[in-house]
Amino acid sequence: MVDQLPPVRPAKPPLSPTSVMLRLAGIGVVVVVMAGAFYYVNGTLDSQRLRPKTLVNALEHNNGVYPGYRRNHAKGICVVGYFQSNGNAQGLSRAQVFEDGRTPVVGRFALPSGNPYAPDSSVPIRSLALRFTEANGQQWRTGMNSMPVFAVGTPEAFYQMLQAGAPDPATGKPRPGAMPGFFAAHPESAPFLQWVKTAKPSASFATESYNGINAFYLVNAAGQRQAVRWGVVPEGQDAPGATAPDDADYLEQDLTRRLAAGPLKWQLNLTLAEAGDPVNDASKAWPAGRKVINAGTLVLQQAEQQNSGECRDINYDPLILPRGIEPSDDPLLAARSAAYASSYLRRTSEVDQLSQEKRP
Amino acid sequence: MSAPVSHFAPVARFLHWLMAVMVIAMLFIGAGMAASVSERHEWLLNLHKPLGIAILLLVVVRLFVRFSTRQPGLPADLPAVQVLAARMSHLLLYGLMFCLPIVGWAMISAAGDPVMLSSSLQLPGIVPASPGTFAFLRKAHTYLAYLLFFTVLLHLAAALFHGWIRRDGVLQSMVRGKD
Repeated sequence: MVDQLPPVRPAKPPLSPTSVMLRLAGIGVVVVVMAGAFYYVNGTLDSQRLRPKTLVNALEHNNGVYPGYRRNHAKGICVVGYFQSNGNAQGLSRAQVFEDGRTPVVGRFALPSGNPYAPDSSVPIRSLALRFTEANGQQWRTGMNSMPVFAVGTPEAFYQMLQAGAPDPATGKPRPGAMPGFFAAHPESAPFLQWVKTAKPSASFATESYNGINAFYLVNAAGQRQAVRWGVVPEGQDAPGATAPDDADYLEQDLTRRLAAGPLKWQLNLTLAEAGDPVNDASKAWPAGRKVINAGTLVLQQAEQQNSGECRDINYDPLILPRGIEPSDDPLLAARSAAYASSYLRRTSEVDQLSQEKRP
Repeated sequence: MSAPVSHFAPVARFLHWLMAVMVIAMLFIGAGMAASVSERHEWLLNLHKPLGIAILLLVVVRLFVRFSTRQPGLPADLPAVQVLAARMSHLLLYGLMFCLPIVGWAMISAAGDPVMLSSSLQLPGIVPASPGTFAFLRKAHTYLAYLLFFTVLLHLAAALFHGWIRRDGVLQSMVRGKD
């Protein structure tokens, strides 16, 4: 079939050597233009572009590389439980997770640093990532933090902040003045710095509130969109401890001890934006007094080691969302999604090197 | 036996040019989204997944068309090494167009992520969640995509060589024809 001879064609006059050269050059131009366009699009010929790997390389540069661990929020512990919806958010979102009933949850408490051995008292920030798996197979993943706002509003500013925090080769510590200089040049970080001033490293994951910080849209069955920020607030747990113990790893012990006594609960709150509230800037708080919907109760029942627990292989990509929840145009969301993917590929490639021990 | 054909069947030509646009767009979308932290990343990703599945479906249709229509032959005077290069590169193009969407689908499955083609259209996972499998497939997806890009470039250069220099009717057989 393929080997049949083609019909006889009228002979064409031969090309002159010059014409052959010009035509070969033409082919070369087509190939070079197409390859050049491709290498521009993939970033190779566009060195100024902030790429996912640029962010993750900066995290590795600042924190060191710990094979198998997340490149940020590396120290953590897996938790499993469920979300008990009360149905209150059904009018706002068609997501199955908000219907009356239970949705299984796999979560992870963590500290915000790329060092999995950082002392628990080294930062006042704690984080909680959650994966809700709806009965229809769709998922809602979110990474929340104990601060109410993020330090910056754009991935570019975040990258500059990482650069300011880069260790000086001479001292192994960030250059003095680099971070204050960064904050001085970024007045949008003022609300975050205000929070840091009063925040103390808490003695427990259980006593913290965790905020989604980035805004999203809830979409109901009628297609109406409502901008929200979500968060969880501890229910019936003791007040945050003012001072943290000296031991470097008390958070995990505290969590395990509390869970042995019974499940830990948080209320899931949806704060509704009003017209004019910034939905694309995670560094700006929304004014007080916004309507808050209590959507149900997060119940965490059990902790698991992060090197063997179910959360280990979950990328808490904030853009994995079920129908009924949509991203806002907050530029940090796409950046988080893209950078997490880069970190996820690095650590899944190294999963065999991950020690099952707590420390190497 | 009927007379040899000088052109590809119209349906084959239609599929070729439609998929040429889709595959080249797909390669640029993939390269761009993997290198972006902007909203473009998300926008391109949401385009990449349904387009990949569309290519997978079309390549199946195309293989069926390939084996059920008559193909024009290569010129009798084409050197054996070029004949071999043509055969191997076509095999590679079909293989990659078929494999890349499946590797992409499998790698999302291996990550334990829901395979969403839109906000509500979901495909089943095709491999169990496993970090090692994900890492292997994710890297394979990139390397195979680069291999496809370079094979497409070679295919394009060869087509232009036939059309502009040899002028032997090979390029014409995919561009136009009455049959």
